Amino acid sequence: MLSLNNVSKVFDAGTVNEKYAVKNLSATFAKGDFVTIIGANGAGKSSILNLIAGVYFPEEGKITLDGSDITRIPEFRRADRISRVFQDPMVGTASDMWLEENLALAYRRGKRRGLRWGITEKEREFFIEKLRPLGLGLEKRLSVKTGLLSGGQRQALTLLMASFNNPSLLLLDEHTAALDPGTAGKVLELTEQIVAENELTTLMVTHNMKDAIAYGNRLIMLSAGNILLDISGEEKQHLTVAELMQRFADLSGEELDNDELLLTS
Amino acid sequence: MGFSLGSFLRSCPGAIAQGIIYGIMAMGVIVSYRILNYSDLTVDSSLCTGGAVTATLITAGFSPGVSLLCALAAGLVAGTVTGLLHTALKIPAILSGILTQLALYSVNLRIMGKPNVTLLNTELLISLRNIPRAILIGGCFAISVIAAMYLFFGTEIGCSIRATGSNEKMARAQGINTSFGKVLALSVSNGITALSGGLIAQYQGYCDINMGRGAIVIALASIIIGEAVFSRIIETSKISFAVRLFSAVFGASIYYLVITAVLQAGLNTGDLKLFSAAVVAIVLSLPHLKAMKKGKVRNDAKSE
Repeated sequence: MLSLNNVSKVFDAGTVNEKYAVKNLSATFAKGDFVTIIGANGAGKSSILNLIAGVYFPEEGKITLDGSDITRIPEFRRADRISRVFQDPMVGTASDMWLEENLALAYRRGKRRGLRWGITEKEREFFIEKLRPLGLGLEKRLSVKTGLLSGGQRQALTLLMASFNNPSLLLLDEHTAALDPGTAGKVLELTEQIVAENELTTLMVTHNMKDAIAYGNRLIMLSAGNILLDISGEEKQHLTVAELMQRFADLSGEELDNDELLLTS
Repeated sequence: MGFSLGSFLRSCPGAIAQGIIYGIMAMGVIVSYRILNYSDLTVDSSLCTGGAVTATLITAGFSPGVSLLCALAAGLVAGTVTGLLHTALKIPAILSGILTQLALYSVNLRIMGKPNVTLLNTELLISLRNIPRAILIGGCFAISVIAAMYLFFGTEIGCSIRATGSNEKMARAQGINTSFGKVLALSVSNGITALSGGLIAQYQGYCDINMGRGAIVIALASIIIGEAVFSRIIETSKISFAVRLFSAVFGASIYYLVITAVLQAGLNTGDLKLFSAAVVAIVLSLPHLKAMKKGKVRNDAKSE
């Protein structure tokens, strides 16, 4: 279980550019939840994921994962429990390294890295077994540098890497935004499959309202660094894009004087 | 004073010996420059640190082997300092190296107690008094370094360092302590450089406080020449990294053969550094110039 308690993150504090990316946000996510997160540019979607992942720390508030306080634990030290897929397909893998080396790196997430050989024959077999169901033929290209793979292939690979070692939490930061629609659809399918197979608790940021509605069991809409809408269960199943936009307009209209810039962007 | 083929050929073995020993330094620089993507200027002084430690210890009666081990250790420490300046104190990469480089000048003077130490009438592991032997011993050292580095960068720690250099964000997301990786890599890089410095001091029979000035340029030239010659094998080989390391030693030998040739042709020794810098500048800019010619100008030149 992940919980954020009154979390705030401010950038450029004390300057004219001071901006709250996340403001007094509190939320709890249950084990097994698949939450989609939407919101306008600057609403704080990526900031929340970055706070949870430890890319930076909040000025205020507390973040706990499975009962332990992770608010100020360095990024690399919480990576054993939190795995990620990024928007930019270049970011998810080390492009100068072989496909199997990337998988081996992910396979050692959270384990002590010593002077043992970086990849074993047994792991190689395991990787082939895991790559085959992706249907991309990657199992035959273990010693290809990931820099030579396509964006979709890389995102699929990063997803597979993220599923290793049974993480407590999977963070997807607009991981299909840089792909063409066809590929994006395939990667989303794969996402659902991997999440279901491994029963991963997932937060997926997207700017596609249709995807936000179609995937997951809970939908959160952010505005000005806080939660504007939180829809789950039956209500989410029957949600439509038109309805979502209407509710967004209704709710945010009340705050228009505060957030005019954000809403018009 | 014209170019004489005969005297050039006579100086070839010496140039090759020198190239092999400096090639070991170039392999050290591969760790920072190629694996970590970090322009580390510490080498200009850590090379001399290695020489200073070796020369001083040999003069004090230690065996050349033990002296070299101590040189290696001193280099490891020097690299660690640069690494900590950069990771713990957040000083930019280039500046961290420059600071350590400057500080080491004083340290090197302290180690030697004077601006230069000569190694006369002592038992040395490698010396220009016996060039064939120097090539053999230098070659053994180079092969050992290649083997050790190849194995190290295949281990879990080695792979995590490579990931750190290739994609720091990804490395951290995979639970890699990238700061530790950088410090370790810079330490290893300067350790190998100092080992090379120790061999150079023995080979030339002295260590001078100015030894190593411009070493980074020699290293870069060696790396680039080697890569140019072996590019296809580096691309396709299963043991690509070992080939890359070997290519740097090869490149260093070519570099010294060229230097020997231009000196024989009448280039003033004092102008040598200008010549080296110009050659490296041209070679480094070649990819960009080629792209410009094709009309594809890239704006993503590495800033570090």
